[in-house]
Amino acid sequence: MIALIDYGAGNLTSVRKALTALGADYATPASPGDLRRFSALIVPGVGNFAATAALVGPWRDEIAAAVRAGTPLFGICLGMQWLFEGSDEAPDVPGLGVLSGRVTRLQGDAEERLKIPHVGWNGLAFRSRAAAGDHTALPSRLLSGLNTGAHVYFTHSYAAPVTDACVAATTHAETFAAVVERANVFGVQFHPEKSSDAGLQIIRNFLEVSGGLPAVASRAEAGC
Amino acid sequence: MLTKRIIACMDVRDGHVVKGVQFQQLRHAGDPAELAARYNVEGIDEVVILDITATLESRRALAETIHAVAHRIFLPLTVGGGIRSEDDAAAAVDAGADKVSLNTAALKNPGLITTLARRYGSQAVIVAIDAKRRGDGFAVYVRSGTADAARDAVEWAREAESQGAGEILLTSMDRDGTLSGFDCEMTAAVADAVNIPVIASGGAGTVEHFCEVFTRGHADAGLAASIFHSGSVGVAELKHYLREKAIPVRL
Repeated sequence: MIALIDYGAGNLTSVRKALTALGADYATPASPGDLRRFSALIVPGVGNFAATAALVGPWRDEIAAAVRAGTPLFGICLGMQWLFEGSDEAPDVPGLGVLSGRVTRLQGDAEERLKIPHVGWNGLAFRSRAAAGDHTALPSRLLSGLNTGAHVYFTHSYAAPVTDACVAATTHAETFAAVVERANVFGVQFHPEKSSDAGLQIIRNFLEVSGGLPAVASRAEAGC
Repeated sequence: MLTKRIIACMDVRDGHVVKGVQFQQLRHAGDPAELAARYNVEGIDEVVILDITATLESRRALAETIHAVAHRIFLPLTVGGGIRSEDDAAAAVDAGADKVSLNTAALKNPGLITTLARRYGSQAVIVAIDAKRRGDGFAVYVRSGTADAARDAVEWAREAESQGAGEILLTSMDRDGTLSGFDCEMTAAVADAVNIPVIASGGAGTVEHFCEVFTRGHADAGLAASIFHSGSVGVAELKHYLREKAIPVRL
């Protein structure tokens, strides 16, 4: 069972809709103490980083404990930004801090007509170990079945830096982390639930990782 | 690179898609959920539902229509028509809308833009502007194009941005339904005046019209209704044409 954490940052209708369409077994935990019953966590979110203040305290502590225990965690949009140390959008609100780095405001480029917020479909550039002379894409469970260049739907003004945890980056005047993955921690800056087939594939990949798909569906997938 | 968006609009009345010419002569064009599902397969980037009679008849956008469409597509969904209050917007969002489009109500009460932007974020608030050429300017009309708002489109778009709007949906009433091409001059005038994306609407008839509005019109997105409904321009065909013209699109 997957926990879809509702902390009041935006509407979860479209995330629920996607999880339901994929046959996921999920629920919204009423209190932080309930999290221990779940096998994976999704932190969604739309809007201002200040909204994550609702997670400070018991929620943050329980989520951090779950991550340390190896529970898969998937942050979407604001939920991904929250995985980092904090954001310039709300400097006083700490992030979960499981990934290093801070979220900063995108600058855009007026001359190039690159506007902020960054709204629309943009491409994912899979990252490689180019520095080590290896140009094959970094292994990513979240991006399984997708190709570099795949388009996904973004709508945001702030973004996380490209660090070692970044497996796919996107460029809008500057290059930022679009997909992060480190051990059991996953995140996407875009909205997979609004990114048509590519987005549904990413959510399905997380469900596979977390065992959140019904057994019958998993067997069917494995048989193909 | 951010792609130019192709948006399908469904003007909805009483749960059916309708389409008029220059805001008049409405005729039926199908079921919203079925059409949306077809557009999703064809590669549309976004879908807009406009409850076109909502303001006139004081009705809210039909929650059932929004719900039915939202459950068929995994794409950004905008709902407009008759959204006059925070409660109206909340009803649309709860039914499955990702963004709401304000028109008459925003002009009457620009503070509503700010209220909704604070609650849902600017990305969720579109201000729709229906305008006609008048002299050197562009006159804004409200109440489904029936009332002169005594405002200029460029000036109103700037104010809407300052109030917190995340996008402008600019419809040329002169071109609406005529298939004679977008009003590129008007679109460029507004797009150059604001720092938020501008969706051009009204007049799309051919693939070339989209190319023009993305180049000469400086639009971030192009919206059409009848040509997609009828299939006279296919979404996939349009996107392949634009890519050949070196305009970035999602394929």
